[in-house]
Amino acid sequence: MNGEVAVVAFAQTKHVARDRERNEVELIIPVVREAIERSGIPRHEIGFTASGSCDYLAGGPFSFVMGLDAVGAWPPIRESHVEADAAWALHEAWVAILTGEVDSALVYGFGKSSLGDVHEIMTLQTDPYHVAPLWPSMVDLAALQASALLAAGEVTERDLAEVSARCRTAALDNPNAVVAEAVDADELLARPITHPPLRDADVFPVTDGAAAVVLAAGDLARDVCSRPAWISGLDHRIEPQALGVRDLTTSRSTALAGANAGASAGGLDAAELHTQFSHEEPILRQALGLGDGVDVNPSGGPLTANPVMSTGLIRIGEIAARIHDGRIDRGLAHASQGPALQQNLVCVMEAR
Amino acid sequence: MGGVRTAVVGVGQTHHVAARHDVSMAGLVREAAAEALVDAGLDWSDVDAVVVGKAPDMFEGVVMPELWLADALGAAGKPLTRVHTAGSVGGSTALVAADLVRAGVHQRVLAVAFEKQSESNATWGLSVPMPFSSPLVAGAGGYFAPLIRAYMARSGAPRHIGHLVAVKDRLNALRNPKAHLHLPDITLEQVEESFLLWDPLRYLDVCPSSDGAMALVLASEDVADGLPGPAAWIHGSAMRSEPTMFAGRDQVNPQAGRDCAAQVFAEAGISDPRADLDCAEVYVPFSWYEPMWLENLGFCEAGEGWRLTEAGATAFDGDIPWNPSGGVLSSNPIGASGMIRFGEAAQQARGRAGDHQVEPRRGLVLGHAYGGGSQFFAMWVVGAAKP
Repeated sequence: MNGEVAVVAFAQTKHVARDRERNEVELIIPVVREAIERSGIPRHEIGFTASGSCDYLAGGPFSFVMGLDAVGAWPPIRESHVEADAAWALHEAWVAILTGEVDSALVYGFGKSSLGDVHEIMTLQTDPYHVAPLWPSMVDLAALQASALLAAGEVTERDLAEVSARCRTAALDNPNAVVAEAVDADELLARPITHPPLRDADVFPVTDGAAAVVLAAGDLARDVCSRPAWISGLDHRIEPQALGVRDLTTSRSTALAGANAGASAGGLDAAELHTQFSHEEPILRQALGLGDGVDVNPSGGPLTANPVMSTGLIRIGEIAARIHDGRIDRGLAHASQGPALQQNLVCVMEAR
Repeated sequence: MGGVRTAVVGVGQTHHVAARHDVSMAGLVREAAAEALVDAGLDWSDVDAVVVGKAPDMFEGVVMPELWLADALGAAGKPLTRVHTAGSVGGSTALVAADLVRAGVHQRVLAVAFEKQSESNATWGLSVPMPFSSPLVAGAGGYFAPLIRAYMARSGAPRHIGHLVAVKDRLNALRNPKAHLHLPDITLEQVEESFLLWDPLRYLDVCPSSDGAMALVLASEDVADGLPGPAAWIHGSAMRSEPTMFAGRDQVNPQAGRDCAAQVFAEAGISDPRADLDCAEVYVPFSWYEPMWLENLGFCEAGEGWRLTEAGATAFDGDIPWNPSGGVLSSNPIGASGMIRFGEAAQQARGRAGDHQVEPRRGLVLGHAYGGGSQFFAMWVVGAAKP
């Protein structure tokens, strides 16, 4: 494994809480077009396509099939799909390029969380025989993790409010965010606790949206992009799902993926973390060894826009875009899925 | 094909049945995975990464069930990937796992595909009414029957051809102890007299609904060379997709299938698949898909597939046996059905197919899967010798 692979283009929708006018294909078409145009690679020369989505968001089987209409899969294309955040589709595309068989790939993710109750849909991710019948929502499960963290004395409610306040303020500079406001921790602490011990601002906003990334190998990446975001490390790891067998105050799988991706080998200017809940940031910072000098979630992060199934891919895109335009030289993107940070992916990118 | 030379070094599968009331989903997948690891001479701790495939989550009612199945699959602390490419997913999952080895990212990858259809109802799962779409409420058979009728009109194939496949694959299944359907007394007349589901498909022309899992262990050349058992080397692999509907699309003989076959055969150095392959495990969920895919995969000219079937060319003792294991018509845990084709192909190449082992020629075997509206294709050619 010695191939060089870079993110050369990224596009995302202007995310909204509820898109009443466009279906999933209509969300995907403009971002795929934009990412391909930015890449400078003709559409028919892109070697591989991979996407990530979740059937249960749309409430029907095969929601990815209609995505093919958005990418223009004719003549037939080499294509695959993961039932996972599109960050895992990016991993599959990265592997496809490393085989040497293709030198570019389109990756996209999409989802309309507003079509159902995403908090309860994700309940169906849990053990169907023993846990799902108790019907814990994804917020309930996250709140258990937040409670464990607070009880361990690792963080205070004020720490969580500061995370939320920083993200909501940062999102003022992100035209794609759903939530943005100039707010400080005191103001957030004055708001009611809605999902004990969490407040609404500690929980992601329901979001509809899509995103797309183009990857290219060595020379092609250099040809089409003045500052490719080279993937220097990419790994993902999973833990058992049962909350009872995990130490919820840490994220072992993130630490392992981060170590394998080389998160600590050299300075990081910024990190985009898949924090759907404010308490996940301190857990992930600790697992990845992120110091105070690292700008965490400069986009505002998933606490300000969470188009489920592309949120992780957007973390990669946000870091890559900052490398493309020279704002940073090296950054880390993190994606997560499953109850209480069960599965985690780390992608380290750099300018060269 | 480039990259690290990759082989199947372990194969395991459950005994497919209508309802496995004795195991949970976790028990089902673990049974297949454990058998594959024993077959490979490896232990759970030897596995670098796990790739899981299954068809729509609505078939069991669990969202991304691989997350919950992570510890049953020994994946704690490892990478776990979930593939979903409709009916072709079992094949795609094997290819995604193989690419992890081929790319040099991992050395030993466990690929598992399953469906526990008894947990839900697949025809319901395929027929959920969606906004702005005309409801199908017909399941897969209702979708494919008109395409079969178009094939019959196009080729002039007589009506009994499908029934011949239905009998042939069920007789093959008698050689396979893991097959779901064992119908020793099946006859052409019995198929013809079974009740009509979707013209021209009669009950016995159709695959069963099964609980089952298939597992493969894929390894790099370095690892495979050090293992005691035989390996099935990957000589070619390909995936192709095309949209479901557009004006002028040939759904009977889809371009994506032809392109996918062309790539996989070119990589494997095969110019005449009928002559160059020992046998083929091809995704035939409805009997008529044997003659249709014979043409699509280039085993004969367009319009001639039914003549091969009629002449017995694809029978167990024919010149190019198709589905010696009994095929999808005899076992259909949907998400696993493609991987069963890929795994049965590997067992033929390894000489491990037991009573349904065919006589080796060049040692090359095709594994094939398709899905969606005949629009997703995954194929590999495996062989006893290194590529």
